[in-house]
Amino acid sequence: MPLDIEKIKSDFPIFRNAHRNNKPLVYLDSAATAHKPQCVIDAESRFYSEDYGTVRRGIYFLSAMATEKYESVRKQIAEFIQAGSPAEIVYTRGATESINLVARCYGESQLKAGDEIILSEFEHHSNIVPWLMLRDRIGVKLVYVRSTRDWRFDMDDYADKLSERTKIVSITGMSNVLGTMPDLKAITALAHAKGAKVHIDGAQLVPHMGINVKFLDCDFLSFSSHKMLGPTGVGVLYMKRELGDIMSPWQGGGDMIEYVQFDGFTTNELPYKFEAGTPNMAGVIGFGKAIEYINSVGLINIMMHERETTEYVLRRMLETEGIQLYGPTTAENRGSVFSFNYKDLHSHDIGSMLDFNNIAIRAGHHCAQPLMGKLGVISTARASFYLYNSKEDVNILIDALQQSERFLKNAVR
Amino acid sequence: MQLDDLYREVIVDHYNHPRNYGKPEKWDILVEGKNPVCGDEIKIYISVKDDIVSDVHFEGKGCSISIASASVMTESLIGKNLDEAKLALSDFNQILRGEACERCEELSDTAAFQGVTKFPVRIKCALLPWKTIESAINGNGKS
Repeated sequence: MPLDIEKIKSDFPIFRNAHRNNKPLVYLDSAATAHKPQCVIDAESRFYSEDYGTVRRGIYFLSAMATEKYESVRKQIAEFIQAGSPAEIVYTRGATESINLVARCYGESQLKAGDEIILSEFEHHSNIVPWLMLRDRIGVKLVYVRSTRDWRFDMDDYADKLSERTKIVSITGMSNVLGTMPDLKAITALAHAKGAKVHIDGAQLVPHMGINVKFLDCDFLSFSSHKMLGPTGVGVLYMKRELGDIMSPWQGGGDMIEYVQFDGFTTNELPYKFEAGTPNMAGVIGFGKAIEYINSVGLINIMMHERETTEYVLRRMLETEGIQLYGPTTAENRGSVFSFNYKDLHSHDIGSMLDFNNIAIRAGHHCAQPLMGKLGVISTARASFYLYNSKEDVNILIDALQQSERFLKNAVR
Repeated sequence: MQLDDLYREVIVDHYNHPRNYGKPEKWDILVEGKNPVCGDEIKIYISVKDDIVSDVHFEGKGCSISIASASVMTESLIGKNLDEAKLALSDFNQILRGEACERCEELSDTAAFQGVTKFPVRIKCALLPWKTIESAINGNGKS
């Protein structure tokens, strides 16, 4: 069913409120963070004003209510990604913290010097730096899978680099710079054949395509609430139960313990073992509402809409003189995120000029400096799309780009 | 707020025709700076003779604001003694903080950067060359 974009936009108050210079907001930075529908904002607010109490601690009514809501979101998340049990869903602050948790708690307890970790050249800093930190602590080796000439994940190179030394394969589900979507099923199967565990950085993938961890058989999955219409400060780490059990705990504190004495402690069961301290309760409850909203629109409808958008953006960008597009030029296995440069303009200049037309794009290195080096540029402009973006948004972007060049040239006298 | 506030004619001119661009044959001090937000990099070559900044050249990749700012900076500093150069640095910082600056009328092209203060995210772009050269100028001024 085609999405009614006007109806969807009307669910997001930002599009009513963020007019500037008499121009409506054209928001093309959902790969950085997505806007929130009114129902998510209301859910958080209602929790504070009607149901607020501490979770998993109090014996009074409000605490019990809050706990029930908070834990029911865990079930929702488990269903959304097809996890076997809510016990495999750990709440974190975001995908970044999730990846750090895997690197620290699985990496430090299960890996040793000389073991190898395979990453790709597409990775975001948050799927590079935690592994570099692990390397510096215990002496593991990082191995990067090349990209092909058409900016796809190079399966041949991956198969070559995979060996018995490989203990973890940590790969993005969708590049936040190029939109590239590696074949996660094949990557996971190959890794498992060598006895390696697989972590998927789903920060970009999950909001747009969902994921089925049972089908993929991945061992870990990280993603964030704020990129999928939910509040900031909430993330998810999915982990297979048997792995969670052997991992060392994350932070110490309340809730992660079973029993504490002055000279020792035992850890709580999953998932609480990794959830020390009072969590972001309102954020989690807002996130539950965001998943509900996505389900009500229909993930499949969102995917079809974005596929159409991707085809349209590719066509417009490839036919517009002066746009240098980075990344795959076909819509197959490609997300709706487009890095580009225009003529010889710097991405910050492009960003400022588009901003003047109330078009929000990202400009810079997108927390992927190694990939920028590979592309041979210092920075790019990036436009990313979501369920609330229309073809008209694409047209406005291209028109404004063409005007911006005229502006910088004409200003010279 | 107008886009012209950011892209003043003088800024666009310096961007399209940067002065003192490129690596000179010789120099006394080389300083390098980076803007971590965008990955921009700049190299500044400075020559000092008898406490006078005798030459400043720069190279690097950057946006119009950082390139124009570097270009304006070279013109502003060449010929100044180190104390005057230090003052020019602090004046420029003052302009970018949006503060009134009495001496600034004298600084021809630098005043054009007043408009940048209306675009807070771009202030770092304008400051990059000036922050980069700071250690070289201040370090030498003490001797």
